[in-house]
Amino acid sequence: MIEFPPGLILILGALLVPFLRGPLRAIWMLALPVAAFAVLYSLPEGDHFAISAFGQQLELLRVDGLSKVFGYVFLVAIFLGVIYALHVRAVEEHVSGLIYAGAAIGAVFAGDLVTLFVYWELTAISSVFLILTRRTPEALAASMRYLIIQVGSGVLLLAGLIVIWHETGSIAFEHIGIESAGGVLILLAFGIKAAFPLLHNWLQDAYPQSTPTGTVLLSAFTTKLAIYALARGYAGTEELIWIGAIMTVFPIFFAVIENDLRRVLVYSLNNQLGFMVVGVGIGTELALNGAAAHAVTHILYKALLFMSIGAVLHRTGTALASELGGLFKSMPVTAVFCAIGSASIAAVPLFSGFVSKSMILSAAAHEGLYGVWLTMLFASAGVLVYSGIKVPYFAFFAEDSGKRPQEAPMNMLVAMALAAALCIGIGVWPSALFAILPFDVDYVPYTDSHVLSQVQLLVFSVLAFVVLLRSGLYPKQLRSINLDTDWFYLRLGRSFLQFATRAAENMHSDAYDLVVRRAKRFVEQLYRHHGPHGIIARTWPTGSMVLWVAILLVTYLALYFIDIF
Amino acid sequence: MIAAHLPALQVVIPLLAAPLCAILRRGTIAWVIAVVANWLAFAVSIGLLFRVLDEGVISYAMGGWAPPIGIEYRVDLINVFVLLVVSGVGAVIIPFARAGTAARFDSTNQAWFYTMYLLALTGLLGVTITGDAFNIFVFLEVSSLASYVMIAMGRDKRSLTAAYQYLIMGTVGATFIVIGVGLLWAMTGTLNLYDLAQRIPDIENTRPVLAALAFLTVGISLKLALFPLHLWLPNAYAYAPAVASAFLAGTATKVGIYLLLRFFFTVFGGEGFFLSTPLPEVFLVLSVVAIFAASTVAVFQNNLKRMFAYSSVAQIGFITLGISYATETGLTAALVHLMNHAIMKAGIFMLLGCVIYRLASMRIDDLAGIGRKMPFTTAGIVILGLGLLGVPGTSGFISKWWLVLAALENGQWWLVALIVIASLITMVYVGRFVEAAYFREPSEKAMNVREAPLAMLIPSYVLVAATIYLGFDTTWSVGLALDAAASLLSAAY
Repeated sequence: MIEFPPGLILILGALLVPFLRGPLRAIWMLALPVAAFAVLYSLPEGDHFAISAFGQQLELLRVDGLSKVFGYVFLVAIFLGVIYALHVRAVEEHVSGLIYAGAAIGAVFAGDLVTLFVYWELTAISSVFLILTRRTPEALAASMRYLIIQVGSGVLLLAGLIVIWHETGSIAFEHIGIESAGGVLILLAFGIKAAFPLLHNWLQDAYPQSTPTGTVLLSAFTTKLAIYALARGYAGTEELIWIGAIMTVFPIFFAVIENDLRRVLVYSLNNQLGFMVVGVGIGTELALNGAAAHAVTHILYKALLFMSIGAVLHRTGTALASELGGLFKSMPVTAVFCAIGSASIAAVPLFSGFVSKSMILSAAAHEGLYGVWLTMLFASAGVLVYSGIKVPYFAFFAEDSGKRPQEAPMNMLVAMALAAALCIGIGVWPSALFAILPFDVDYVPYTDSHVLSQVQLLVFSVLAFVVLLRSGLYPKQLRSINLDTDWFYLRLGRSFLQFATRAAENMHSDAYDLVVRRAKRFVEQLYRHHGPHGIIARTWPTGSMVLWVAILLVTYLALYFIDIF
Repeated sequence: MIAAHLPALQVVIPLLAAPLCAILRRGTIAWVIAVVANWLAFAVSIGLLFRVLDEGVISYAMGGWAPPIGIEYRVDLINVFVLLVVSGVGAVIIPFARAGTAARFDSTNQAWFYTMYLLALTGLLGVTITGDAFNIFVFLEVSSLASYVMIAMGRDKRSLTAAYQYLIMGTVGATFIVIGVGLLWAMTGTLNLYDLAQRIPDIENTRPVLAALAFLTVGISLKLALFPLHLWLPNAYAYAPAVASAFLAGTATKVGIYLLLRFFFTVFGGEGFFLSTPLPEVFLVLSVVAIFAASTVAVFQNNLKRMFAYSSVAQIGFITLGISYATETGLTAALVHLMNHAIMKAGIFMLLGCVIYRLASMRIDDLAGIGRKMPFTTAGIVILGLGLLGVPGTSGFISKWWLVLAALENGQWWLVALIVIASLITMVYVGRFVEAAYFREPSEKAMNVREAPLAMLIPSYVLVAATIYLGFDTTWSVGLALDAAASLLSAAY
């Protein structure tokens, strides 16, 4: 038993990567998560690694049920991510990926808020390189916005933890709650990383700009770390149920009109996070188990989906639905893996998503939250159509784009195969997943009613999709996306939803334009006054400087004299 | 025997070394003398620290003339803290100075440069250690005159204008200080700070004393470059030789801070007096404006040295913000940041000196792609930049931590938000450097450069290491600052 933080194994190991070449580098990078996994596996529950810095006792390795689940799945994710990225030559991407994963894992085992904060910021700073290394102007701009928001989340966390330390004298990372001001600040910090509604824009902004390999890692860590932190600090906070419910629904409307398949996946990522937030908000043992289980399965199938679309992007140079289609013929293996990922996200029985999602749904029903239950059901149908069917359909089937790329490189196929195997494995033998969940599980996913209702939902939506396709209502590419929402309009009041979608879209773009315009004007103003030739920055004549001295002297004299009289 | 005369040695060693350099007129010899003198001065500071920790305040009568008639050197925790910073930063910079100075000047001018450096050091140490108000003025002029010469030796022609402006402003500041001291002398009949502290409470609301206070406030604010009296600073730092920029950024303004604390807390009577004046509010406003205005200007600068010079103005704002609270936590924050910022900013200017040494430019566009050509230099600047930002694991985090605590103690929530936003602005200008250095194709100039010589890198990395070390072990920074803050508040001297 080695009592050393697994996150630090990755971070310190990453620093060696630039000095290694060829196969040695590959072996080293694969060995790191394996070693960390072995260390983690051997650790019993408890606090194992404390250091003292600036007068505080910092717990770097608090192991319990909740942290262990996330630790395991993060290590699996980085292992898959390393395999998937083995062909990448840019060493900075490997280093930052490993540090990023190590920071996320370190944060999961943080026993106090200061350690959490340090790792929290490290995930922000290290992950930004995964976007920057794409080296396009859009990626550069997106990465700067991403960095500012992520570091902003960190400083909110810092402010909150100082308040809490000031009030209670303890920095332990336990249940926080929203009763104190510090708790609200920290919830905001977590909320940014968990992409709460209105705090979510960075997600759709930055992730699709990353490299094909970078997105796989990004999709795994930052948001799920936030879910872990919420589960630790805010379990049972009722507000989260509603926030989560909204989160499951609203990305669907944006996914409707999205052409970039990676962005579609990011919207569905956001929607899946909603399920976990609902689980945390309900806060019962079943719900928390469900949230943790869903985080695990979600990391795996979302990584699989991003890997398959990443492989397409790698081979064809685009991930736009309107440019793709018919790739099944030349990339059949990737297509199969993408379909497995889609089946998992759509929660088809015998695939991993079914097991975990039904736990959260059952937990909501158990607590009598039928409104939330219905919302989540609606969201499930939505994600099925927009992520489960749309992504594989437009990339690999649909109208033939004439593109005949090669099959994905071997290392990508291996990574996808492993992820796919895990997706199916968990779906078929859920007990293995249940064994590592934070609380004891007496939950049976495969009851008649669960399976039946899910199959109904699936069959019905697939049917609708097929009918639309066959009846010729499904024209080409971009416009087809709009038509395929018609299925919803027909079922739930066509005109209303059309209106709502348009309005939301218009409001969104109007508000966005307004903000951008305001921000531009603000920066222009700033530049006028603070720029190199602005009044504040220019070199002043000596006389004017002395004038300031005189002014200040008179001011001080006046101020001091006023006091006497 | 030597231990008894440490206070005198603190000033006398560099003071005697300076003319020695001038007489010998040989660059290498002068450099050796400067290194030895500066390291000895640092050793003396450490010796003084242990004596103060051991036996409390040390009073040393210069030349055996008993105070208050003779000049007294009086060492307590506060000024020994500043002495350590000044001589310590100098001790790291002076070995670094060799390569850059030798490349720029002929042997005679090198000797003159070291002479000026030693005089500036003498002056700054003298201001800090002396217990005599007029002596403060004298040493202030010694250090200022030497600094003007050093700045004027910069390679850019604008360094002459910058030095001239600094000369005018510095002289105005020094004159104001001497007017203030004169008024105090007229009212009390003494120049000894300890004596003044005894007599002033009885007459502190008389008009001449308040006028003296106003003159002192403005004069000292000029010296420490408190907004809006910072206007001389950006050009002076930007166009001076790298060694001078690093030394002045690390020490000169910090001694100004010391004077402010000494006059307002020790001489005029501690917490009670400071809070009875309108100064807390004025300082609060000026500090916040300094932090935001100067940080924003720094974002838009295209000359890196000017960028970090403006950043200095902003960071001084953080220090005066801490002072404006006049609480133990606030003063601790100010003193801790005084030390941390001295180390970080001196380090940044030294590493920028490495860049100039190879690249001969400070324009951010010329620095594109430098991260691949000068990896250690760039990495060092980034680490210190993260320190300015207040990233945990660097000393800057400790400063921010105490500052935020002080704001919370006063219940000023909005200030916490402002401090946080200011950190984000800092991130933008540090980010600009990172983006240019690592994510752009190398510029024509940057194509052909090599990493800086070890003789420059090693001293710079001492400060980088110190920044990280002080982020973890705060025994020396926070530990000393806490005690010093307590003695300031009670006006113990």
